[in-house]
Amino acid sequence: MKLSADTSFHRQLFFFNGLLPALLILIDGWRGRLGTNPAEFITRTTGVLTLVFLMLTLMVTPLRKLCGWNWLLKQRRLLGLYAFFYGLGHLITYLAYDRDWQLQTVVGDVYKRPFIALGMFSFLLMVPLAVTSTNAMIKKLGGQRWAQLHRLTYYIAIGGVLHYWAIVKSDVTWPRFFAVILALLLGYRVVEGMKKARSAAAPRAS
Amino acid sequence: MRDSSPIPSSEVTPEETFRNRRFFMKSAIWAGSTLATAGLYRAFSPQAEVRNTGAAIATVAESGVQTSLAADEKVNAFNDIAGYNNFYEFSTDKHAVAEKARHFVTDPWSVQVGGLVHKPRTFDLAELLKFESVERIYRFRCVEGWSMVIPWVGFPLSQLLKMVEPQSTATHVAFESYHDIKQMPDSVYAGIDLPYVEGLRLDEAMHPLTLLATGLYGKTLPNQNGAPARLVVPWKYGFKSIKSVVKITLMDREPPTTWSLANPGEYGFYSNVNPSVDHPRWSQAHERRIGEMGSRPTLMFNGYAEQVAHLYAGMDLKEYF
Repeated sequence: MKLSADTSFHRQLFFFNGLLPALLILIDGWRGRLGTNPAEFITRTTGVLTLVFLMLTLMVTPLRKLCGWNWLLKQRRLLGLYAFFYGLGHLITYLAYDRDWQLQTVVGDVYKRPFIALGMFSFLLMVPLAVTSTNAMIKKLGGQRWAQLHRLTYYIAIGGVLHYWAIVKSDVTWPRFFAVILALLLGYRVVEGMKKARSAAAPRAS
Repeated sequence: MRDSSPIPSSEVTPEETFRNRRFFMKSAIWAGSTLATAGLYRAFSPQAEVRNTGAAIATVAESGVQTSLAADEKVNAFNDIAGYNNFYEFSTDKHAVAEKARHFVTDPWSVQVGGLVHKPRTFDLAELLKFESVERIYRFRCVEGWSMVIPWVGFPLSQLLKMVEPQSTATHVAFESYHDIKQMPDSVYAGIDLPYVEGLRLDEAMHPLTLLATGLYGKTLPNQNGAPARLVVPWKYGFKSIKSVVKITLMDREPPTTWSLANPGEYGFYSNVNPSVDHPRWSQAHERRIGEMGSRPTLMFNGYAEQVAHLYAGMDLKEYF
């Protein structure tokens, strides 16, 4: 068997590397090595990891088309679930540290702070995608409808990047980094879509 | 394939070699990916401990100054204070500033004091260190929502201002930080206009709690904390306490201040610590004390209301935020 066809190897590799940052945060927390402001560090790290996994899921299609790495498709849902996993961690950190578990204040906070609304909105969009990430659910919905639903990923990623951009005080280096990557990934899809539309519209010999 | 002749058996890789090679490749991929993931995480995780390497400063005991710290408030560890800094000239990453500022040259140094004064003059480092130093343990509240308790060493700014004799028309004091792109190459990422400028009303600047700090924890200031001399205004958000001061100018109007220029809707001239006036993007009612779990309620004027509230009598602090 070729390595590129060894699905269980890919699965183990992606699963472990996706979990590794969470393990390192736990280990560092246990050693008291999360820096001066652990709450801030965990919040920022889980947020950035959410964006990282969102970008990775969006990279699968271009990599398949450009490099022929079709084996990536089988790992895409796992990457998406990791985005959800770190997003959930990010949300829990916010509820614990920023809100002190005063859950009744969350609605007011969403209303008062647009960047919180952006983050919350993006997270809530991730919930149906996480719920429908099983094979049984794909069957139930039908491939076409499932794929349509999962295009919400584009809006989730845009919301996530804007959410990051809106919280920094002045240095937008990292939000910009994610914005550029997202623009490339979405731009690629737009260009491909236009090519497709053009070739579909071209007169065909019959 | 150029020809479809069968491959001679001598060319076929023996199964064992094949398995070994496969095992070796998988192991290499495992190791490589794990190292890459962990390495990336490490690159973003906080740096090592910072040590206190300053020279000792002799302080005199003082009486009659109430910095009113409640008994339950512990002084923060040196590593908290010197390892977690907002000093955008060096980096916008609070954990990276100490390392980036390591080679910052703070001697020779001079602070130019002028404007509406009768005796303008320049203080060099030795003259700054000649002032009688006192230790003041103050709360320090950052606008970002975290706070510390810091044992500053310094002298009341009023002593320096009295030496230059402000003119009767002077109402405000403007401050300017050192800025040099050669010493601070990362300042291009700061996202704010530099040099950093700040200002106080003259009565705020003359207030006995307002310090020009030259040290902390009994030693000279670490570079990352604004060496060799910085302002400390304990009842205002931290960004008012401008670091590495090179210029002090007495004026007859309110001077421009860096964060107000950068974002006038979010940062005002006064920036008094006030739990009932929220930052537009986050609440200021609570703060996270570094080194504590949970949060504590933010105090009016950072707990110095008794000493400073009279400065703002009759002012609407929501309007003058």
